[in-house]
Amino acid sequence: MDVINFILNLWVEIGDWFGGVLAGWGVPPWGVNLIADIIGVLILLVFGIMAVIVFTPMERKVIARMQDRPGPNRTPGYGAIQAVADAIKMLTKEDVIPRNADKILHMLAPLLVAIPALLIFAVLPWGPGSGLIGQDLNVGILFVVAISAIHVLAVIIAGWGSNNKYSLLSAFRVVNQLLAYEIPMVLSILVVVIFAETLSMQGIVENQVIPYFVVMPVTALIFLICALAEANRSPVDLIEADSEMVAGYIIEYSGMKFAMFFIAEYVNMFAVGIVFSTLFLGGWKFFGLENLAPVLTPIIVFFKAAFVIFLMLWFRATFPRIRFDHLVGFAWKFLVPLSLINLMLGAVVVKIPVDDPMMVPWVHGAIMLVANIALVIVTMIILNRTAKRVEGAPALKRIVAAER
Amino acid sequence: MNVSQVVFIILSVAALAGAAGVVLSRNLFKAALFLVLSLVGVAGFYVLLEAELLAMIQILVYVGAIAILIIFAIMLSQRLMSPEYDPRNEQWLGGLLVAIALFAALLFVLLRVDWPVSEASVPAEAISQLGQALVSPDYFLLPFEVASVLLLVALVGAVIIARER
Repeated sequence: MDVINFILNLWVEIGDWFGGVLAGWGVPPWGVNLIADIIGVLILLVFGIMAVIVFTPMERKVIARMQDRPGPNRTPGYGAIQAVADAIKMLTKEDVIPRNADKILHMLAPLLVAIPALLIFAVLPWGPGSGLIGQDLNVGILFVVAISAIHVLAVIIAGWGSNNKYSLLSAFRVVNQLLAYEIPMVLSILVVVIFAETLSMQGIVENQVIPYFVVMPVTALIFLICALAEANRSPVDLIEADSEMVAGYIIEYSGMKFAMFFIAEYVNMFAVGIVFSTLFLGGWKFFGLENLAPVLTPIIVFFKAAFVIFLMLWFRATFPRIRFDHLVGFAWKFLVPLSLINLMLGAVVVKIPVDDPMMVPWVHGAIMLVANIALVIVTMIILNRTAKRVEGAPALKRIVAAER
Repeated sequence: MNVSQVVFIILSVAALAGAAGVVLSRNLFKAALFLVLSLVGVAGFYVLLEAELLAMIQILVYVGAIAILIIFAIMLSQRLMSPEYDPRNEQWLGGLLVAIALFAALLFVLLRVDWPVSEASVPAEAISQLGQALVSPDYFLLPFEVASVLLLVALVGAVIIARER
């Protein structure tokens, strides 16, 4: 029985055992904490970067299968270690700095892209309690949003510092696109915060009796779309837009500096997956499994994040790329009003009085779900009418007539 | 000297160097980047004072929105981006006088006020208390609503200016 308990609480037991060993060596308590913190930071960093090795082959394979081709299959393991081959290729490439580029800014940008991406891991919860989270900030989700603002800045610096017209164009786009999508994203996070009554990531998971994906599908969808745009994934990757701007702000980067952007993109993708699963899929909870076997919670989080990443790859493989003005217009004219109405709905629903405190999440959840379905229906009706009006517009009629 | 004092000095150097960079840098784009450094330094002060919410809001609003909009505006103006552009003009004397006067006034206030120091620790529920205070009539309801109305007016004004005629 002891052995089973030991395995079920493996992470806590390892932490306790390690602290005990260090204390046995005569290390003072603050030293034990310091060493444990440093090891925790290293684990989080390595884990974030390892995501690249897992998710690049996954991306290639999944998209290849969706497009009916084999994908990478020359490296051993039917393409499984393709990422290692990529890494060796990148390390051996020449590091080019354009002659007229601003050298300091050119060097600074890859760092500024990679650091915030990895910093987000400090507040992502991997399990209950304070052991399996870097730091349970009481403003955790706000930290995630604030840190991603630095990412915008890094892309601007990369675009401007490269002294290339395509890079500069993509720096213009990043301001336009990321600011437009940040607003509905924050508004949809607010609905979750209103329901969970806390900003802390751990608190959001703990207060999430029913996964919020079921309770508020509209909010989850808005967040997913905005997160796609923020993580700069196809079909909304117009910042780098290979087909129009030949990779945009990354165009002048090669070798390890390009690898930094590449790593940051996948780390961001992984972080978005975990943030989405924390906010909407119940984080480390999985139908009570987290109470039976606490050892499984990081694996639950990982698989939920992998599922979200699979969704993102699915979008990439099946949706056509959107034109830039449509993309920004979609954010301002559709997502922002929708998420404002959604926020008002959420604010009203949580104020509905319920007698039994145990039933509060269920009753509020049910009302919110009904309100969400009603919101979807009303939105569809409005969109349908707008579409009809646009079809009847005189200018469009002339174009249609001319084409005939 | 304890850890927080060392951190304070590092943050002060970052914030002041950033501020000096804003003024001294010839290139406006770099000046805007120095402004970001200065703003992040101020956010660090908030963290040091255990005001996490303010620190996050500082980064989110000032770095994430205002600084980036400033950079965007600079990028859109062709002349400001060119390396030969000299940001000084004939009004530098007046600007210098106003800056010195402002600095003197701030210094005067800083030295004259007896800054109260509280020994109380930061309350655990600081964020919800702040939220309550913002909408309670006893505290900041009126300024909060006035600020909201001001922002709404600005929003409507921006829409009217930008609307196609």
